[in-house]
Amino acid sequence: MNTQKTIVTIGAGIAGIESSVALSKLGYRVILVEKDKTIGGKINNYYHLFPNNRPAVDIKNYMDEQCRIHDLTIYKNTEINKVQKKGERFSVTTSNDDILKADALLVATGFEYFNGMQKEEYGYKIYDNVITSIDLEEKLRSGKQITTAQGKEPKRIAFVHCVGSRDEKSGNHYCSRLCCITGVKQAMELNSRFPNSLVYCFYIDLRMYSMEYESLYRSAQEKFGIQFIRGKVSEVSENKEGTLQIKAEDTLSGRPLRMEMDLVVLLVGMVPGQGTEKMKSVAALESNSHGFLESNDWQLHKNSSSQPGIFLTGACNGPMSIDETMEHARSAAFEVHTYLQNHSKHE
Amino acid sequence: MNKFGFTTQESRAIDYGQFDDRLLSYVQHHEPTFLICMSCGACTATCSAGNLIDFNIRRLSLLIRRGEILQLSNEIDKCMLCGKCTLVCPRGINTRNVIMLIKKGISQIKQSENQN
Repeated sequence: MNTQKTIVTIGAGIAGIESSVALSKLGYRVILVEKDKTIGGKINNYYHLFPNNRPAVDIKNYMDEQCRIHDLTIYKNTEINKVQKKGERFSVTTSNDDILKADALLVATGFEYFNGMQKEEYGYKIYDNVITSIDLEEKLRSGKQITTAQGKEPKRIAFVHCVGSRDEKSGNHYCSRLCCITGVKQAMELNSRFPNSLVYCFYIDLRMYSMEYESLYRSAQEKFGIQFIRGKVSEVSENKEGTLQIKAEDTLSGRPLRMEMDLVVLLVGMVPGQGTEKMKSVAALESNSHGFLESNDWQLHKNSSSQPGIFLTGACNGPMSIDETMEHARSAAFEVHTYLQNHSKHE
Repeated sequence: MNKFGFTTQESRAIDYGQFDDRLLSYVQHHEPTFLICMSCGACTATCSAGNLIDFNIRRLSLLIRRGEILQLSNEIDKCMLCGKCTLVCPRGINTRNVIMLIKKGISQIKQSENQN
């Protein structure tokens, strides 16, 4: 019975893969549609994962292996252009003009990084020594030597928290939750590469919402001597030599603060992904006031969307970490399973 | 009795039970965005006056909330109304209007005190 039912999962990041694997284990036929040429989504961008410093490639390998073991059908370089519902079944038109029939849809279209250029006052892509946390992760992952744009070893490094998060000016009122811990992880990583460097984190509030995150924050203070300064950076400007001048208020001492930095890292937040935006129009899914796809019931059915038969998994539903995404993905599979079982009873 | 030279001092604690809320209610009534400050300090960091003299615009909102009207009336004239704080505020607070309201509010309070 189950094997006759088909689910189309949109997005082959970790949420899409994990939920599809779970559905496949439950005996369903799953088709995964991915807009990129590779699967894994954002996991491909990371070097080490918080809180345990595990190589991100571990997760990537697990995902690849699961896809292979469960022999998932994956359409790469493919987008969804149209979703129609005929009776209880969905008809999904892809960008290759294929029409996929499905009994349920699983949306796993994820998030995108906030575009640091929108905060012009921080000078991203204007000053060479201003980079984002994603650029830094890529540098760490590539194994190349990390230097300033002038080819020197960075002696003073600033992490700017809340870039594009909790910020009316960027249109994002929410906290992206994971940038704080990313900053702590990367600060420790840079300090261990450059033991003589001074690393500063400029924060509004430090949101260490897991037990392990708080421990990491503590080690950052205790073992790495990272300096945490409570104050939002208001602007970054460039000196003649290419070093950077940053301005903030040290709110705990109540005085304005200026400092010269060799490298400034912007901890960019999470915004709804391209595919997530597209699903709003293609599948008429409702979004919440922050632009992420809205759950039908926040407490009881987090994975249900505003449309019956269409389910949500991963960061299309809001910023979430890798471990949270895995749980979310498995619960999505169960939610889909429950829906399909109830429907076969009625038939 | 005072041969040991002991004196008593007034408590430094803020008596939050009975603080002067006249200015607070005036400002929040006319500029409700005032309520959403998260004390990030971006305003102070960019403040033209605060970079040169002892003036902290972020602390003004704290002083209003604590009913420190006397301290406020000493501080408020240091602002040059350049408006840079309004540009950087991540919560979109109309800080310049808050300053104007503090000035108005204080003069109203002083007037009514003189009349009584």
